[in-house]
Amino acid sequence: METKYTKNAGGECGDCNLCGNCGSLDCPEGKNMYTMIIYSENFAGILNQITAVFTRRQVNIESLNVCASSTPGVHKYTITCFCNEEMAMMLTKQIEKKIDVLQANYFTDDQIFILEACLLKVNTNMMLNNKDVGRIVRIHGARIVEVNPTYSIIEKKGITADILSLFHQLDKLGVVLQFVRSGRIAVTKSCIEQLDRYLEERESQR
Amino acid sequence: MMERISGAEAMMRSLEHEGVEVLFGYPGGAIIPTYDALYDHKETLNHILVRHEQGAIHAAQGYARVSGKVGCAIVTSGPGAMNTISGIADAMVDSTPMVVICGQVGAAMLGTDAFQEVDVIGVTQPISKWAFQIRRSEDIAWAVSRAFYIARSGRPGPVVLDFTKNAQTGLVDFEPQKVNFIRSYKPAPVPEDSVIEKAARLINNSVKPFVLVGQGVELGNAQEELREFLEKAQLPAARTLLGLSALPSDHPLNMGMLGMHGNLGPNMMTNQCDLLIAIGMRFDDRVTGNLNTYAKQAKIIHFDIDPSEINKNVRVNLAVVGDCKQTLPAVTRLLDKTTHQAWIDGFKPYAEKEDNKVIHPAIYPTEGPLLMGEVVRKVSEATEHKAILVTDVGQNQMFACRYFKYSQNRSIVTSGGCGTMGFGLPAAMGATFGAPDRTVCMFCGDGGLQMTIQELGTIMEQQAPVKIILLNNDYLGNVRQWQYMFYNKRYSFTPMVNPDFELIARGYRIPCRTVVERADLEGAIQEMLSTEGPFLLQCAVKAEDDVLPMIPPGSNIDEMLLEVK
Repeated sequence: METKYTKNAGGECGDCNLCGNCGSLDCPEGKNMYTMIIYSENFAGILNQITAVFTRRQVNIESLNVCASSTPGVHKYTITCFCNEEMAMMLTKQIEKKIDVLQANYFTDDQIFILEACLLKVNTNMMLNNKDVGRIVRIHGARIVEVNPTYSIIEKKGITADILSLFHQLDKLGVVLQFVRSGRIAVTKSCIEQLDRYLEERESQR
Repeated sequence: MMERISGAEAMMRSLEHEGVEVLFGYPGGAIIPTYDALYDHKETLNHILVRHEQGAIHAAQGYARVSGKVGCAIVTSGPGAMNTISGIADAMVDSTPMVVICGQVGAAMLGTDAFQEVDVIGVTQPISKWAFQIRRSEDIAWAVSRAFYIARSGRPGPVVLDFTKNAQTGLVDFEPQKVNFIRSYKPAPVPEDSVIEKAARLINNSVKPFVLVGQGVELGNAQEELREFLEKAQLPAARTLLGLSALPSDHPLNMGMLGMHGNLGPNMMTNQCDLLIAIGMRFDDRVTGNLNTYAKQAKIIHFDIDPSEINKNVRVNLAVVGDCKQTLPAVTRLLDKTTHQAWIDGFKPYAEKEDNKVIHPAIYPTEGPLLMGEVVRKVSEATEHKAILVTDVGQNQMFACRYFKYSQNRSIVTSGGCGTMGFGLPAAMGATFGAPDRTVCMFCGDGGLQMTIQELGTIMEQQAPVKIILLNNDYLGNVRQWQYMFYNKRYSFTPMVNPDFELIARGYRIPCRTVVERADLEGAIQEMLSTEGPFLLQCAVKAEDDVLPMIPPGSNIDEMLLEVK
């Protein structure tokens, strides 16, 4: 799926619903979305150090996910932001400079598998009275996970564009009570596991 | 053999294990247990009681810069720690190895706004190489060893250890540790052979090469390696402010100083060379001026130990990332023996022009009030150019750095990246402990001296032989110069009403003398140098003198002003 997050010159939203014109995401001209994947030791305070690098360089973090990685004792940070490649390079270098950061790399969307999730709370009455709601849910492959007389909950996993498309279409019908989207998680498409390689190399130098 | 001791005692033994000899510090509530342990280690750990924590941190910087060892400061929690902040930030940007130990409230009280509790880790993380809170006595040996390893290895920098009171008082089975490997931290990357070969090829093919020498050469102890590199291929070089003593002033390939108030030739030739070879410097804006016109005609090679410096400000054609102590000789071996005489001769007309228009009038005036430049050169001559120069910040710094001469390594201590006024006096005091056999001359202005003037007390108590040369013009001179040049001579809060500095010096029982007349200058300098211990030499200099030449901020480096209109 093409996900170039640049503004359309004609002032019209592209089908991705992600350009700045639809107001859904801030996507400054000439910038692309980069996903930073960072690994660190499991010490307190590293997230602060990482986000401080973005703040100093005046780059907004669009989404952030932190969790333990598949390697014991190593934490993984998945951060998205809009910037140019030069900035992405500087950010990752300055993050990697932090003593307890193992690796910091940046990726474009074609280099990684991406997943995000969202929850939508909608008005049950309005949902039942509007056939379009069910149609939109089916088109987007979303699931209704709770129905009670007052509200219903819709859940969707996917990429940013599909999730935002679901939200915007439902929002136009006026049924949405709450919407929340998770931070992006991503794994690389590369056949080489860079972190494992790095750790092996470092252990051999110990 | 393990022994059960208090955390404070473990800290003392860990410091001794790291080879610490001098500590600059100031006690307070949250660090009392550590000071209690220190009482039994006075023979091995020479603690210098400063008069303000900012004095401790700058003294540790001065100590580290001249000795190459890790400077060490110890202060209490809250305000004590906060008073060290400007020095930590200064050491970070100027790559000075330092360990700062701050007291902290007990771990149980963290986060409760306890008395003298400040989030020191939160504050210092962005301005230190590593900041760690020791909350358990068991972590002391590891944390101290790791701190010193991080501070001194790779690109050096300050490390903060926030030492909670319970960790100081708790008992621990102590065994010293030696950290010399951290898997997430590669202090000195090693470049591929192909990179070394490419660098040599670029240099061998260059007709007009020009080398920029930074402090990295001194930090890497590669002064000798630099000389061999320059001499083999006869490469002309210029130094940054912090790299001034990496190459002797009188070396035939030394073309002078770079930057805003550097020499004319090096700045002009940066935009004429065909190959720029930057070694251990970071293309600060004070060196580059307008980046859009900086060395656009040249290929650029950047030698640096810190990968995050590569392409940060200036895009380079080749990066040699590694320790210049290793990378320089590796490249030197592949260099052709050659001369670049015509190119080197090209620097001469600029040097002559600057000499006639700026230097000669600044250091050999025959009439009018004393000038800062002439005082600096006279002091440099009287010490046979062998002294350590410490400066404060401002005009005194620029005149001192321009007109002092350097013949020995590690001879310049100045606040470069941060430009911290008040740095000079405590840094000079620290330098006398780091290099006890050398003369330490500290130049400052009337503004900067008063920012940390309380350290005269430390200097008095220690009889630290700091030769203080106060260039007094009753102005915050550097800002006044900018106001004159760029703000229509509107001297907004730059004139200063000053105290009687001689009286102050006498209050601290520091010998002093004031010079107003040119004829008295040499005699006064002789008196200062022949007096044992500290001395304050006050020079009443021209009130409105300007540092020249100058690249106005943001201008192109080949548009240097030789006079103020």
